[in-house]
Amino acid sequence: MVISIASGKGGTGKTLVATSLALALKDTMPVMLLDCDVEEPNDHIYVKARLTRTSSVAVPVPHVDESMCTSCGVCQNVCAFNAIAVLGSSVLVFKELCHGCGACTRFCPVEAITEVPHEIGVVEEGVADGFLFVDGVLTIGQPMAPPVIRKVKQRGVRDGVTIIDASPGTSCPVVEAVGGSDFCLLVTEPTPFGLHDLRLAVETMRELGIPHGAIINRAGIGDTRTEEFCRSEGIPILMTIPFDRRIAESYSRGTPLVEALPEYRQQFVELFKRIREHVT
Amino acid sequence: MKEVVVLSGKGGTGKTSIVGAFAALARNKVLADCDVDAADLHLLLSPSMREEHEFWSGQVAEIDPDRCTRCGLCEETCRFDAIHAYQVGRIGCEGCGLCARLCPTGAIRMKDNLSGHWFISDTRFGTLVHARLGIAQENSGKLVHLVRQKAKELALHEGADITINDGPPGIGCAVISSLSGAALACIVTEPSLSGIHDMERVLSVCRHFVIPALVCINKHDMNEEGTQQIENYCDSRHIQVISRIPFDPRVTEAQVQGVSLLEYTDDSYITAPIEQAWEAVRVRLDGKASGGP
Repeated sequence: MVISIASGKGGTGKTLVATSLALALKDTMPVMLLDCDVEEPNDHIYVKARLTRTSSVAVPVPHVDESMCTSCGVCQNVCAFNAIAVLGSSVLVFKELCHGCGACTRFCPVEAITEVPHEIGVVEEGVADGFLFVDGVLTIGQPMAPPVIRKVKQRGVRDGVTIIDASPGTSCPVVEAVGGSDFCLLVTEPTPFGLHDLRLAVETMRELGIPHGAIINRAGIGDTRTEEFCRSEGIPILMTIPFDRRIAESYSRGTPLVEALPEYRQQFVELFKRIREHVT
Repeated sequence: MKEVVVLSGKGGTGKTSIVGAFAALARNKVLADCDVDAADLHLLLSPSMREEHEFWSGQVAEIDPDRCTRCGLCEETCRFDAIHAYQVGRIGCEGCGLCARLCPTGAIRMKDNLSGHWFISDTRFGTLVHARLGIAQENSGKLVHLVRQKAKELALHEGADITINDGPPGIGCAVISSLSGAALACIVTEPSLSGIHDMERVLSVCRHFVIPALVCINKHDMNEEGTQQIENYCDSRHIQVISRIPFDPRVTEAQVQGVSLLEYTDDSYITAPIEQAWEAVRVRLDGKASGGP
């Protein structure tokens, strides 16, 4: 079973939920944790992962052999992303804009273009305490996270439970991370920002057709509108974590919730049971 | 006219609440919400919309089933795994157009894509440019660029000195688009291990694009050791730490009321560090101080 963790708003506690869920389940089933927030991957800090293998993530970008190029301009015309431009007798490639679709290479009439790998990030693999761990790291200055996320997800195994920590927001990196999940946990908080972004996250899950439920973190701050929204929209609230300064302080020092306050371990086991009921 | 962008790396460190407070403090500015994925600044500013515009960006392939001969070439050549059973998935399609160019019967057509909306609104703190990217859409970077462009045009038109841009979390496409060419980045961080890790990454992005950056530590009292670690990191790289803002439940209370923190309370315990942060940003924008990454 693949369970993804998303939120809309950032900082609501995705990483807290993903790491604690992995730690609570690892003794009873095979667990794999995939940190797909490749712009800001943090899970490794909390689960103290020992990363033993790093592999490059590259997208194919065009390389133009100028001795063969006739400056005809076909490559520029077929590129939908303005990533290749003919200027006089030379061709400029803007690697950061290239999506790697291969159109320029395919349509070059004199076969002057070949594709070369352009590294945009890495995938790191290893083990945490009792489970497999993979994360992706987008290289500084690179805009495109989805290919790195795709590569992280290719490492996922299907037996047992695979937990995917997504990035905040609702656009392509989130869609890439949560796609194919059996269930998505939407972590929110009872504030106007939390509610506003939860609505967007719910719309995203509906568009993608992924079953989902909410976790309300820092309950007690803010107001009750987030809870009311969930009830009126029929979104199950699968767990509530009260605001507790002890949680915030120990978490800020890198201690996962289930280790700082072991009474939460059973709650995460129960959470998993509830998710399983919704999936089957 | 200068642009300051508020970023954080990690989400939820308090960017929007701080921008809401800056909005109350700054004179003669235009506000821009560059977090087009999950824009929240309007929730503090109760904007009244002056203009609404559609944002068309990119294309999506569409297969005409009557002309399709089911040869499978499109599915085979699509690098984005967006075509299955002679149908294009709107979400997977990146709009490269390769399939449309290759289709032997011309059954594939590229359709323009409505990716979102953008707005110009009036608020009690001045003009706000904001946007909403459609659900599961791409091109957030282009929409951010557009929001910034409009904010700059309006600032010039209104004779404003600055635009204050509320940025998105992360370090990818939308952040790069929010940051490139700005006069200054203000990084709001928090003293948690993840907050620090993410601040370091977003500061590296600032360095990469040669944008000067300042650091503001929010909720500094949640972990004084972490706060010290941030200060040491910034000191060693000559990055100015402009303020230490304490954790205060009134930040959330103000949000619930839909107002800027400075409209909600005048207790200097929380207002003074925010005023200090804004003052440091203003001074740096005026060019009265130098240094930075």
